[in-house]
Amino acid sequence: MMRIGIGFVLGVVSGGIWGVIAIVLLGIAITLITGDAATPVALAGLLAGMAGAAIVLMRDKSQRTAALYLASFAASLIVLLLVSFAAPFSLPLSTASVAQALGVALFCAAITLGNRACLDDVDSGNIRRYAIEVLLLRVLKGLGFVFFSVIVVLPFYVMVMTSLKNQQQLLLNPLDFSIDLTQGAQSLFVSYVELFTKFNFGQFLLISAIVSVSTVLLTLAFSIPGAYAVARLKFPGQAFLSRSILLIYMVPAIVLVIPLYSVFSQLGLRNTLTGLLIVYPATTVPVALYMLQGYFRGLPAELEEAGLMDGLGRVGVIWKITLPLALPALASVSLYVFMIAWNEFLFAFMFLDDPGIFTLSRGVVSLNSSEVPRQHLMAGAVVATVPILVIFLWFERFLVAGLTAGSVKG
Amino acid sequence: MTVTDSNAEKAHAPASRRGKIGPMARREARLAMTMLMPTFFIVLAIVLFPLLANFWISFKPVTLADLRPPAPVASERVRGDMDVAGQEFLIQYRLRNSSQKSAIGNVTLTDTLPAGLTIVSLDSRCQINGQQLICQLGTFDPAARDEIEIAVTPDAQFAANPVSPRDSDPTMSGDAPNVLTSFDFTWENYSRIFDSREFWNVFWVTVSYTVFGTLGALVFGLFAAQLLSAQFWGRSILRGLFLFPYVAPVIAVAFTWIILLDPFSGTFNAILQRMGITDAGINFFGQRSVPIDLFGLTFDFPVALATVIAFEIWRYFPLSFLFILARMQSISSDMYEAAEVDGASPLQQFWHISLPQLLGILSTLFLLRFIWTFNKFDDIFLLTGGAAGTRTLTVDVYEQGFAVSNLGAGAAVAVVIFLLLLVFAVSYFRFLHQEDQ
Repeated sequence: MMRIGIGFVLGVVSGGIWGVIAIVLLGIAITLITGDAATPVALAGLLAGMAGAAIVLMRDKSQRTAALYLASFAASLIVLLLVSFAAPFSLPLSTASVAQALGVALFCAAITLGNRACLDDVDSGNIRRYAIEVLLLRVLKGLGFVFFSVIVVLPFYVMVMTSLKNQQQLLLNPLDFSIDLTQGAQSLFVSYVELFTKFNFGQFLLISAIVSVSTVLLTLAFSIPGAYAVARLKFPGQAFLSRSILLIYMVPAIVLVIPLYSVFSQLGLRNTLTGLLIVYPATTVPVALYMLQGYFRGLPAELEEAGLMDGLGRVGVIWKITLPLALPALASVSLYVFMIAWNEFLFAFMFLDDPGIFTLSRGVVSLNSSEVPRQHLMAGAVVATVPILVIFLWFERFLVAGLTAGSVKG
Repeated sequence: MTVTDSNAEKAHAPASRRGKIGPMARREARLAMTMLMPTFFIVLAIVLFPLLANFWISFKPVTLADLRPPAPVASERVRGDMDVAGQEFLIQYRLRNSSQKSAIGNVTLTDTLPAGLTIVSLDSRCQINGQQLICQLGTFDPAARDEIEIAVTPDAQFAANPVSPRDSDPTMSGDAPNVLTSFDFTWENYSRIFDSREFWNVFWVTVSYTVFGTLGALVFGLFAAQLLSAQFWGRSILRGLFLFPYVAPVIAVAFTWIILLDPFSGTFNAILQRMGITDAGINFFGQRSVPIDLFGLTFDFPVALATVIAFEIWRYFPLSFLFILARMQSISSDMYEAAEVDGASPLQQFWHISLPQLLGILSTLFLLRFIWTFNKFDDIFLLTGGAAGTRTLTVDVYEQGFAVSNLGAGAAVAVVIFLLLLVFAVSYFRFLHQEDQ
C-alpha cells in the first residue's frame, strides 16, 4: 500500500537532483570526449530522475525488487526521451550516435543506481527526523563524491589532452578534446617529441632527478645523526631543540630569497647547481630531523642498549640497529623530501639563468612565453607531473605516512 | 655499570646531585653536539643568517645592480707594428671605473709583458719587475677614465715571431666599497613601503587570502574526510586521487588552471557559456572586481582574488583531508553506537561526537595552514604575478626586490613578514602548551 508523505516528496527531490547532475556531467563529458557541442537538457534530466525515484517509492520498502528498479530504469529512459524530444543533449541523433546512446544508457543507469543507494530503505510515508537526515546525508555525500572527483580530475584531464592537440584545434573549439587516433603516435605526441629534441627536456629531467636524489641523500646524511642525538642522547637544551626545530621550518623561502640571492651572487654560487644543493637540504633538514626523531623515540631503547653492551659503538648501534628498524620512516622522509625537491620552484626560478642547468620546474617556466605554443607548456607540465605521481602511487603508503607524521608544510 | 643503570640512577638522583654532570654524561653531551653540528651549521648559514641579513639589507640603499661591486676595468691595445726589430711600438691600457656612484681606492694594474721587449718609456706610476708590469694608480673617482702608455722596442727574435702583449690579460684590483658590507644606512626602504597606500592594500589582500584560503581548505578537507571515513570499494583509489592536487608540482597545476580558465579559449569558460550561465568569457585571473547586486546592495566582488583563493583551497584541501581522516579513524565506534541507541540522529552525532573529537586537530591544522598560507608565494606568483588585486606580502617581496629591483625595499617587506610570523609562532606555541596540559 503506497502512502504519500514527506518521504515521497524528499525522495522525488533527491531523484531530481541526481537527474540534473547526471545529465549535466554527461553532457560535458560527451562534449569533451567527442568534440560535438552538446547542451544537456536539464529539465529532462530533472523529470527523468524524479520519475525514476517515484517508481521506486511507489512500492513498500520491503517489496523493492530488481524488477522494480528495472521499471524505474525504463521510466526514466522514457521520460528523458519524451521531455527532450529524443535529443537529451540537444544533438541530432546522427551526430556522435554511439556516444549519445552510451550517454543515455549511462544516465539511466546512474540515476537508477543513485536512487537505489539513496532511497532503497526510505519509506514513502511521513518519515521521522532520523530518516530524513539519513537521506539528506546520502544525497550530500553523493554530491560530494561527484564534486571532488570532478574538480580533481578535470584539470588533469585538460592538462593531458591539451598537450596532445595543436594550436588551431585548441583555439577553434576549447571544448573539443577528442583525439584522432588515426593520425598515428608520431603526430599525436608531437609536442613531447619537440620538448625532448628542441627544448632539452631530457636534460632537465635528468638534472631534476639528480638534484632531487642528491637532496634526499644530503638531507638524510644531516638529519639522521641529528635526529638520533635529539631523540636518544642527553644534552643541555635537548627539549628546547626538539621543539624549536619546527619553528625554523616555518620560515618561508621568500624571506630567505633576497639575502641568499645577494650573497650567492657575490660568491658566484647563484647560477650553479651547487648553490641549489646547498639551499634545498638546508630547507628540508629541519622537517626531516623532526620526523625522524619522533620515529626514533618510538623505537625500543633496550635493543640499542643491548648493542652497546655487546661492544658496538654509537655509530655501530645507529648503523646496525636503529636504521634497519627505522626503514619505513626513512622511506617516508626520503619520499617526502624528494617530492619537495622535485616540485621546488622559487629557488630554481631565482637562481638558475643558464638553460644548461635548468631543473624541470625552471624549464617549464621558460615555456610560458607567447612564442611557445600552449600544448608545449602542457606537455612540459605532464612531463613534470608524471614521475612524481607515479612515485606517489607506487609508494602511497609511505608518502601518506610521511605527510601525516611530520608534514606541517604546504 | 651498564647504561641502563646509569640512566636509572640519574632519574632517581637527589636534587643536590642533578646539577653535577658526570664524565659519562659529559661525553654523551659532546657526542650529541658533534652529531648535531652539521645540521646546526647548515641551518645557521642558510636560514638564520639570511633572516638576520634581511634586517641589515632592509636598512641599506641597495639595488639589484649593486650586487656587481664597482671594479676598475682595463682594456689593452697595441699601436704600431710589432714585427720590425728595433722599431718602437706602444702598448696602451685604457682604464675606467665601472661604477657611476662610488670611488675606488688603491687601484693597481698588473700585467705580464712578452719576452724580448725593451722598455723605452714608462708611465711614471708604473714599475717593471722582470716581465711583470705593476702600476699603482691611486684613487679612481666615480666614472673616472685613465690611460697608461708604454713604449717598447722588440728585439730580432721577437720581431721574427711576435707575441701580442694582449695574450696576457691585465688584472686590476682596488678597494671598492661593497654596498652590502658598508655602514651606509637609510630609513628610505621602510618609509617607502609604509607610505604608499599600496601597502595597506597588500596587507588586506594577504589577510583575506590567508583567512579564506585556510578556512576553505579546512572545510573542504573535513567534507572530503567525511566521505571517505567509511569502508567501501574503491576507497583507497579515491583517497589517492584526492591527494593529486597536493602532490603534483605547483608549476604544472598552476599553468593548467591558467589555461583551463582562459577567458577566450579556456575550457571552463566554454563550459559556462555552453550551459548558458554566462554570455561572455570571464577573465578569472585578470579582472580585479565585478559589481554584484545583492538585495539592492551593490558590492565589488574581487574576481581574481577569489579565483586565487579557490586555487589555494583546491591545492591544499588534500592535506587537511588527510589529517582529519587519520584522526577520524581513531575515534572509537563505541560512542557512535551508544549515541545510536540513545536515538541521536546522524547530524546530531556529527555535531556532538565527531566535531568535538576533531576540534583539536582542526585547530592545530588551522594554525599551521594559516602560517603556511600566509607564507605562500609560488601559487599567486605563477597564477597572476600579483596583478588584479592579488598581491600579497610575499609577492610584494619579489615585486619590490626584483621587479623594481630595489633589494632594500624587498628586504623591508620580508622583515615585516618575519615579524608577523613571529607573532603567529608565539601564539602557536602558546596553543601547543595549552593542548599539552
